[in-house]
Amino acid sequence: MKYIKISNFYPYWFLIPSGLIFLIFFFIPTISSFYFSLTRWNFFGIKFIGFENYYQFFSEAALYSSVINTLIFAFLSCGLKVVLGLLLAVLLSSNIYFKGLLRPIVFFPAIVSTIGVAITFKALMDPWDGLINMHLLNIGIVGPKWLTNPDIAIFSIMLVEVWKGVGIATLIFIAGIAAIPRDYYEAAQIDGASNTQQFFNITVPLVHQATTAVIILSFIGGLKTFDMVMAMTGGGPGFASEVLSSRIFRDYSQGFFGLSTAGSVILLVLVLILIMPIIYFLNKRQVEQ
Amino acid sequence: MKISKFFKSIFIFLSIGSIFLIPFYFILVNASKHESEINLSSLYFPSKIYLWENLLEVFAARNYQLVLAFFNSTLITVFSVTFLVILSALVGYVLQRRKSKFTNVIMFIVLLGLMIPPAIVPTIMFMQKIGLFGTLQGMVFIQIAYNSSFSILLYRQFMMSIPRELDEAAYVDGARPLQVFLKIIFPLLWPITITNIILQVITVFNDFVNPLYFLPGRDGVTVQLTLYNYATAGLGTSQNFALLYSNILLVTIPPLILFIFLNKRIIEGMTAGAVKG
Repeated sequence: MKYIKISNFYPYWFLIPSGLIFLIFFFIPTISSFYFSLTRWNFFGIKFIGFENYYQFFSEAALYSSVINTLIFAFLSCGLKVVLGLLLAVLLSSNIYFKGLLRPIVFFPAIVSTIGVAITFKALMDPWDGLINMHLLNIGIVGPKWLTNPDIAIFSIMLVEVWKGVGIATLIFIAGIAAIPRDYYEAAQIDGASNTQQFFNITVPLVHQATTAVIILSFIGGLKTFDMVMAMTGGGPGFASEVLSSRIFRDYSQGFFGLSTAGSVILLVLVLILIMPIIYFLNKRQVEQ
Repeated sequence: MKISKFFKSIFIFLSIGSIFLIPFYFILVNASKHESEINLSSLYFPSKIYLWENLLEVFAARNYQLVLAFFNSTLITVFSVTFLVILSALVGYVLQRRKSKFTNVIMFIVLLGLMIPPAIVPTIMFMQKIGLFGTLQGMVFIQIAYNSSFSILLYRQFMMSIPRELDEAAYVDGARPLQVFLKIIFPLLWPITITNIILQVITVFNDFVNPLYFLPGRDGVTVQLTLYNYATAGLGTSQNFALLYSNILLVTIPPLILFIFLNKRIIEGMTAGAVKG
């Protein structure tokens, strides 16, 4: 093989079609957003104004509350998906009937349209006619005004996101649990470990890789969330459930292009500064084990 | 012992199953009602099923907008996914086979592409300048750009299982790189290609945010946009829930069909993709 240059086999021009599309439609516009976020840009033109957009973003409650809501949404939906996904995975890996049937059922919501799910849950969460509150009333609980109470709207949307996305987390955890050797559990049983002890001392540490995947996936997904918020509340009531992506869209559709781009940059920076430490921390723990 | 396991299983099945299935049942029930019978707090099927009439009416609404929407969505999906498959397979092949500083940089950009959200407003401006804004072709380019990272990673991962000797032997016999890729490598990538096609079809077909930005106007409606418009604006003058739920049902059918026949593949792809991401 010495007489042929190996590099000629795998030519770089194979990368060009993908690379060009990626550069033109994703990378260059995204890099240029750092400049456009420093401008007053609307239907009439573009004018450089320094950091004014960012200043406005963090001084107006309607704007910075979207950052806070995004963080609440990302952290809570990610946390719940990890906890519920792991519990469901343990249940669906245990020795019960029908688990082959349940796995696809739990997973199915993940592949249907978010808009469809959002509209459906908007009706289910109706404070008076909604099925959820009617059934709560049957057992004597007056259900909350899920989407119309500004204090809890973002949490309600977050719960629907968990309902829709927990199936993916469950599947990843099931794959992780399947990779744990059965001997560990047998040995633990012989030593008299309870189910709970086995869960915390065998399952949890050994599905670490799956946990990492679920955390990264659902955290990034949570920060970028848009469809669910738009179709359930449109960011309302008022700005109570506004997240960054919906704010970016609102500013864009009102013609505040510079402000909207500043929102994009804030989201980008948020993703990078939050996800980098998570990846670093999770990988470090993995190495230590 | 056996009996208690059976009852435990039934209990688990009913409680978990109902949480995930009742909303779909709710969609089906309401899509089957006549407009006058709509009562969102009831889970009973109506005495006479109007499902078929409702579906026909949804298609006819707003001058057959939904037909156009399905046409547009299908067109965007078919073209985006075809290009995504071929172009990312090329990249995954080279990235896995050729290790250099340059491919490391590319790999880093691919991973960034998976994580960072695109800045849409500057993209719109660029696309207006080159005349692609608001066109289906432009939408296809956007879908390729936004989804290629995931697709490339799937292929790069799968390439590891294809022995190098295969392509090296072909080169020794004098084959050209593109021939080797098309005749030897690409057919061997078929299992991951199927998985990739399914995942990308679901992603592109269900996409809402990008058509919302990049396809304004009546001619560019997609399935998700129509659904969103029906829900926020109402059909005609007053909100017709029977038609709204018929529409949701219609939007749910394509993924449901994929799911019934291919759920093992989807599950494989989702978990494989996740571990890499």
